[in-house]
Amino acid sequence: MTRVVITGMGWITPLGNDLTTVWNRMCKGESGIAMIDRFEASNFPTKFAGQVRDFDWKLHVQDYTVHHSPARNSQYALGAAKQAWEQAGLHDYNDLNSDRAGIYLGAGEGVLDFKVYSNITTEMWEDEACKVDTVGWARLASEQLDKWGEIEQEPNVPLWHIAREYGLQGPAFNCLTACAASTQAIGEATNVLHRGDADLMISGGTHTMLHPLGVTGFNRLTALSTFDGDPTKASKPFSRDRGGFVMGEGSGMLVLETLEHAQHRGAEPIAEIIGFGSSADAYRITDLHPDGRGPAAAMNGALAQAGIDPLELKHDRPQVHYISAHGTGTQENDSIESMAIKKVFGEHAKDVPISSIKSMMGHLIAAAGSVELITCIMSMQTNTLVPTINLDKPDPELDLDYIPNESRESKIDVCMSNSFGFGGQNNTLVVRRFET
Amino acid sequence: MAANDAKQVVISGVGVMTALGVGIDPLWEAMISGKTGLRRIQRFDPSGFASQVAGELDDEAFSVRKVVPKSHRKATKVMCRDTELAVGAAAVAVEDAGITTAATSDDPPTLDPARVGCHIGAGLISAEMNELTTALITSTQDGEGFDLNHWGKEGMNNLSPLWLLKYLPNMLACHVTIVHDCRGPSNTITCCEAASGLSIAESRRVIQRDNADACLSGGAEDRVNPLALFRQHCTGRLAPTDGSGDLSSIVLPFGENATGTLVGEGGGILLIESNESCTTRSGNPWCTIDGIGCTQSIADSPLIADAHALTMSINIAMAEAQCDPSDIGAIVPLGAGVALIDQAERDALKQVFGDSLQSIPMITTIPYTGNCMSGNGTIAIAVAAKALREQMIPARLGSEETVGVDAAKCESKTADIGRILVVTPSEGGQCVAMVLGRIKS
Repeated sequence: MTRVVITGMGWITPLGNDLTTVWNRMCKGESGIAMIDRFEASNFPTKFAGQVRDFDWKLHVQDYTVHHSPARNSQYALGAAKQAWEQAGLHDYNDLNSDRAGIYLGAGEGVLDFKVYSNITTEMWEDEACKVDTVGWARLASEQLDKWGEIEQEPNVPLWHIAREYGLQGPAFNCLTACAASTQAIGEATNVLHRGDADLMISGGTHTMLHPLGVTGFNRLTALSTFDGDPTKASKPFSRDRGGFVMGEGSGMLVLETLEHAQHRGAEPIAEIIGFGSSADAYRITDLHPDGRGPAAAMNGALAQAGIDPLELKHDRPQVHYISAHGTGTQENDSIESMAIKKVFGEHAKDVPISSIKSMMGHLIAAAGSVELITCIMSMQTNTLVPTINLDKPDPELDLDYIPNESRESKIDVCMSNSFGFGGQNNTLVVRRFET
Repeated sequence: MAANDAKQVVISGVGVMTALGVGIDPLWEAMISGKTGLRRIQRFDPSGFASQVAGELDDEAFSVRKVVPKSHRKATKVMCRDTELAVGAAAVAVEDAGITTAATSDDPPTLDPARVGCHIGAGLISAEMNELTTALITSTQDGEGFDLNHWGKEGMNNLSPLWLLKYLPNMLACHVTIVHDCRGPSNTITCCEAASGLSIAESRRVIQRDNADACLSGGAEDRVNPLALFRQHCTGRLAPTDGSGDLSSIVLPFGENATGTLVGEGGGILLIESNESCTTRSGNPWCTIDGIGCTQSIADSPLIADAHALTMSINIAMAEAQCDPSDIGAIVPLGAGVALIDQAERDALKQVFGDSLQSIPMITTIPYTGNCMSGNGTIAIAVAAKALREQMIPARLGSEETVGVDAAKCESKTADIGRILVVTPSEGGQCVAMVLGRIKS
């Protein structure tokens, strides 16, 4: 099978907007969670989130005028893609066949102008009829809602921005499988390269739901933490007192290419993608199957493709050296993910270090998997495992090694990254340190 | 893997939902007789919009509660219209394929659930306006408009707890996988008009790499919603019409006087299956999927198609299908009636087919159903499959004359069709082309 390697990566996150800053902060166990100041959230049940700060997308493109008015998710995508593009050395490479270079994103939707939308729909509300006067609404909408703001809400528009910026015309997909989207995108981009449909793919995710309607939706689902205290302590994956996830936003992008293509152009592979597994729970719209069958199937599928038997040790240690958990900090996810990991790794599960970076940067929803895969690769590059912070009260039911609170050094050659979406779409990637 | 070494994949079940009704037959019958399903929008008063005509499926034609097992009926309350359409189409496809699933019988399923995937194209689902405003209105005070502070404190509690789950694009696939117990690889592609074709492309590849034996695949979308319609107005693609006059000649694919497209609600789900699996269970396939090409446009706007990308996608699909231009007996383009998009399609097809393009009949669906966006490609593919089975070119609505392509208004006719090319450029720039082949008896 064609080998697929990663040659570039970049991210825009609540912990910073470049690889080094974010990595160093995670190694120190710092949190990027703070009070929301994007909108007036002081009366919302959840008042805090991981917000991207100090980021100017115009500094990350060649000519900002060609991009019209990109929504935040498109802005973050452009910022992360530029880092990945440059790390891959593509800014200095003039022989790229752009017809053989594609894009597979797991990008979320853009942001509705909630203030304007709320004002015009309520202004046109007819009490007696219990409905909106759509005639008046259409007039107000055309006067007050921004045309490009509406167009930018289509989830496939970030893809267009990246394609336009770098002139890429190969295979192009956007998937949106909730929180599993960018892991799925990277797995499917790998498949595009395996089957020879492209030489190089940009893949990853971008999303923000940090707006009043997004926070409302998750608050109503009671999925968000409503922790009443220091926001940096709010995200508590695997802790006994975990109370829901904390919203984050941002983007992670990677350059994937066939090993042959990378070697031909003299690019240095950073890591190799060796396994991808995907499954559907087919159970309930709100809950994971109590047996963890979907996540276990995704992990087993990825490990099988990687040629790894999770029940067999190699050099007296499990063959997977780190798991970047989905680890949202909800009661259900963390319990079932832990159970599924035990199901897959058997008695060796306790010997596989696991952490959730959502404890530090929050949940980037569609983009979460891409920044978590980059974390895996940084772990291999630095032989350092970043912690799950705020894990002061271990849950006696969860007895795996969650790397509590402090980073640690360890030789890391193989990592696994899990992402599970609302609705039961489960995806797992396995990456390996690159060896010729 | 060389193209001819890949597993052969077929369409073995067809389910579509359009303004013409439930299933392929009412749509096909209307297309044979040249009767459009478009009408002035009835679901809400469209008078404030420049474009007031769309393809709507009557509420009486379909009830989602009737196509889900009893155990899932409660969940229908948290289905948006897009999801209802997908679940309805999946039920029709499963019935058409003649397979048993968890939804149809207590008997063991025909196919191993772990080997059945699901790839469904979905759009940016617009919240149902009256439902959301019922809650928003509780946070307004006379003369002061909407109060976000009140909303955060109290108002949001008037929204159903599961409200958000109604509008996540992956809920189409989520409900379909639950209803039919499909536990294999699952994905949700959100690429506007290209979403269906790309979803079917993913299903085919999943089967070819042996991760599944079959997939429920396609797309569905409801654009007949005030916010969704407004968003389409923002693109400048819609034909202005108040619904008076001949509704079958508003959308004019490839016409010199084309003024834009119209929206619709609808889509379809197909059972995509390995030929081996279909043969083993004595299924009755509609057609083979012989080649698919996927590319990206880099025109100056995400709203404009790029002929180079379209040409590439067609060439890739035809190369994989190992077919020459002379093998193509009909073309199903997007044919949206939007001048710049039609032009890109015509330019790309001309590049591939040269002067012979004018003698290849086109099948255009949007004048019948409206542009169902993420669901549109499945409707196009289902119609192509039907044309291959029936060996018929359905009647075309639209322009009396078209330039450079055989797409003008005409009656239905019989034809000898071995292969059909389906082409879809999308808002956002993704392009997909697919070559379908006739089942040889």
